[in-house]
Amino acid sequence: MPDVNITVDGKKVTAPAGTLLIEACKSVGIEVPSFCYYPNLSLQGACRMCLVKVEKMPKLQTACTTVISEGMAVTTDSPEIHQARKSMVELVLGNHPLDCPVCDAGGECELQDMTFSYGAAESKYIEPKNHREEQQWSPVVYFDRPRCILCYRCVRVCGEGMDVWALGVQNRGVSSIIAPNKEDHLECEECGMCIDICPVGALTSGAYRYKTRPWEMKHVGTTCTHCADGCKTTLGVRRSDSGMEIVRGDNRDKSGINGDFLCIKGRYGFDFADHAERLKQPMIRKDGRLTPSTWEEAFELIGREFSRVQQQDGGQAIGVVGSNRTTNEESYLLQKFARVVLGTNNIDHHRTADFPALAAALTGKPDLTASMRDVFNAPAILLIGNDPTNQHPLLAWQIRNNVRLHGARLYLVNAEPIKLERQATSVTQVPSGAEGRVAAFLAGDDSAADALTGNTNREGWIALRDKLRSEANLIIIFGSEIRGGDVSSLVKFTLNIQGAKLVCLADYANSRGAADMGLYPDLLPGYQPVAQASKFHEEWGAVPQTRGLTLPEMVESARTGKLKAWYVVGANPIGRFAIDPYVFSKSFVVVQDMFLTETAAMADVVLPAANAYEKSGTFTNTCGDLQVVKKAGEVSEVKPDFEMIVRIAAAMGFDVRQLVPFGPGTRMDMGQSRGAQSGEADRHAVWLEARGLEPKMSPFDPTAILDEIQRLVPGYDVPRINLLAGNDQHTSLSQSGPGAAQNPKLIVAAKDDLFSSGTLGRYSRALNSVMENHRNQPAESDVVAD
Amino acid sequence: MRFSEQFEQRFTEMLGHYPTKRSVLVPTLLYAQDEAGFLSDEIIHEIAGRLDLTDLEVRNVISYYSMLTTKPRGKYNVQVCTNIACMLRGGEELLEHCSKKLGIGHKGTTADGLFSLEEVECIGACSWAPAVQVNYDFHENLTTVKMDKILDGYKSKV
Repeated sequence: MPDVNITVDGKKVTAPAGTLLIEACKSVGIEVPSFCYYPNLSLQGACRMCLVKVEKMPKLQTACTTVISEGMAVTTDSPEIHQARKSMVELVLGNHPLDCPVCDAGGECELQDMTFSYGAAESKYIEPKNHREEQQWSPVVYFDRPRCILCYRCVRVCGEGMDVWALGVQNRGVSSIIAPNKEDHLECEECGMCIDICPVGALTSGAYRYKTRPWEMKHVGTTCTHCADGCKTTLGVRRSDSGMEIVRGDNRDKSGINGDFLCIKGRYGFDFADHAERLKQPMIRKDGRLTPSTWEEAFELIGREFSRVQQQDGGQAIGVVGSNRTTNEESYLLQKFARVVLGTNNIDHHRTADFPALAAALTGKPDLTASMRDVFNAPAILLIGNDPTNQHPLLAWQIRNNVRLHGARLYLVNAEPIKLERQATSVTQVPSGAEGRVAAFLAGDDSAADALTGNTNREGWIALRDKLRSEANLIIIFGSEIRGGDVSSLVKFTLNIQGAKLVCLADYANSRGAADMGLYPDLLPGYQPVAQASKFHEEWGAVPQTRGLTLPEMVESARTGKLKAWYVVGANPIGRFAIDPYVFSKSFVVVQDMFLTETAAMADVVLPAANAYEKSGTFTNTCGDLQVVKKAGEVSEVKPDFEMIVRIAAAMGFDVRQLVPFGPGTRMDMGQSRGAQSGEADRHAVWLEARGLEPKMSPFDPTAILDEIQRLVPGYDVPRINLLAGNDQHTSLSQSGPGAAQNPKLIVAAKDDLFSSGTLGRYSRALNSVMENHRNQPAESDVVAD
Repeated sequence: MRFSEQFEQRFTEMLGHYPTKRSVLVPTLLYAQDEAGFLSDEIIHEIAGRLDLTDLEVRNVISYYSMLTTKPRGKYNVQVCTNIACMLRGGEELLEHCSKKLGIGHKGTTADGLFSLEEVECIGACSWAPAVQVNYDFHENLTTVKMDKILDGYKSKV
């Protein structure tokens, strides 16, 4: 679009034709206030706060609905404008209760800020205010009607942004009210975005309301621990009896890859942390019963037993199970511990996507993976399998809003009808289980078409393929339905389309990290085969070069009595794979977890673990975007998995310096002596940390392992300063190891939906209350119509 | 849900008049109300489905327009204007008279379901104030005596 020149408050501004005046002002740092205007939502023009003077126009104009035109001269602040805005605030305050002292939004309320800026503390109105009782619309959404200023942001974000359309406006004029779709309650996806976007305290969160004040919390922007999309969630924490308590999650910090978006899990799914059943003491099996014990006794016992098994039966008699929810540093450390300390390649995790196949197909090629941000901007998207609305809410948001705002073309291939069909340019159904044949067909194997259509719609498939081939910069997103050789077919197809990129969908917060960090019996970090000489062998010294056992093989080995010890970190194989618990009863089992899962219940030693909101490190989302995980909450009785792994290595008599390359132990001033100037030391620390120069004085410092990851794992050498600043950094698979063919049956989809989240979901009150509520009020669409 | 053939004809024809489907919502609701007397949940659901809208959106529109109703009304909806011209010429007295005579207040319906009463804003008949609209018929230059005759006239129609 051609550029247009305007003048705002004497400043020359150039912006593309079609730009809204309010945005043009923002681009040069001039803030025009508004309540109803929200970027990327339809225009409302309801609040009249953005009034500005445009030369030659008789009246003040709303900057949010005025499109700039050549030569326009604008004044954004003058006594006239100030008075107009003040009057608007006075009108809005006409029926707004002044309950700021108890209102959730108090302290972060846009109306408070506007009143502060424009005055209107005195009012000409003497009429009594119209009060209405607060309403509960769902377990997590409350509505306080008199506080509402009718900006309609909630209505628009719910409809346009989420495609849920659960909120509307009833009546007109002074009687207008925001109304939920089911008269007195909501039937929706419970994302809570209406609460985030509400400029006042009219919509409040069931989890947070009346709990604390915004300024009493510390706000920590970290990466969500639930699905594999990697949204940034900002956790508000407050001191509690045993550390730091997480009081709320929201999207206050909109700098993440999720932009405005956050789903129910990122917003409310933090409350597993203070669940009554949370493990808070190490436990050792004595006389057949798990008995509370001390950390020292537990580590000593584990060290002794692991050493004994290792000496008597060798490392191959020990099996290690890693997690999809530990940090990259922990996953890396765990497999290094298994290989270097235990001397075994028996390490696996719950696989939810075939990343080794993807790495194998992409290595040596130009960078062909798309980031989560790319999905929002791609001109066309092909989605094969999966149901992002339920399993990848952020991905669904990116796709949906890309279609809405940029007119992207969405091609769907799925066995089931999914909600994204409403945005799709074309929908093609395939028989369930035949998604892999789609990859083969797209790659040029015409015979595969018969399996897809039963020879009824061959032309349709060929037309679809031709169309896709012409879609430059297409992003191909595929679910775990596509594995093994089908992944390489899809990569072959991708290579034939100019600028096309791929996204492979896994299910958990750090599933991609678990794969990248080498939680495989035959693959080291970076998909490097164990049998091939590599940098890892050079650095670590003796690494067993024969492939270890997969999880089912370990189970089988334990059944026959060959596997003598298990080390399970943040995983629940018994519950997840319906393994006969008896298999575990014959070995020495160590489990690190937050709860007494089915697996932990069979353990000889259970160590209470910190969750991802209680530690620092990094996560890699399903697209390969690396992001920091920052410590927010704290429960003093538990330890991060990282520390526990190191402690076990130490208890085995291993020199932990060989495991975690931490510094020489210099004495240094960390700022304690500087009193009021201690913030300066913090800034020094940030600078040093960003350059990998900070003294890693403790073997429990994950950045020591991050150094090693960035040095040795191909694709992870991203700029550290950007990473620490909270930005997502896309990692690349183009330099990764050659991978290895995996048994596709080892991939088991998590099948979580919007409200479930594995073990974490089972212990989240908020998620459970929503599920229960939905069971009690079945959706109308589920009831058979007449 | 079945509408008359005439409704269906009008609906189909209207669809072609506008660039988007949802634009036909308001006239469709009015025609549906004329047939059924009021807009039931069933009608709302049916029309929402036809126009790719949610039930909530249809309800929002209904609640905006005072001529649309989701509650049953009497056979004859007596709408008394009390806006300024009518008020000056006795509109409020007329409303009170109707209220007494019919034994119902604003938005009330008589027990026999024959009459509903409504106080309305300007109906555009200021030159002949005070004016009353009964369903789609206008009655002008009214007095309480004339009003009685009109109401009796409707009653005898049944």
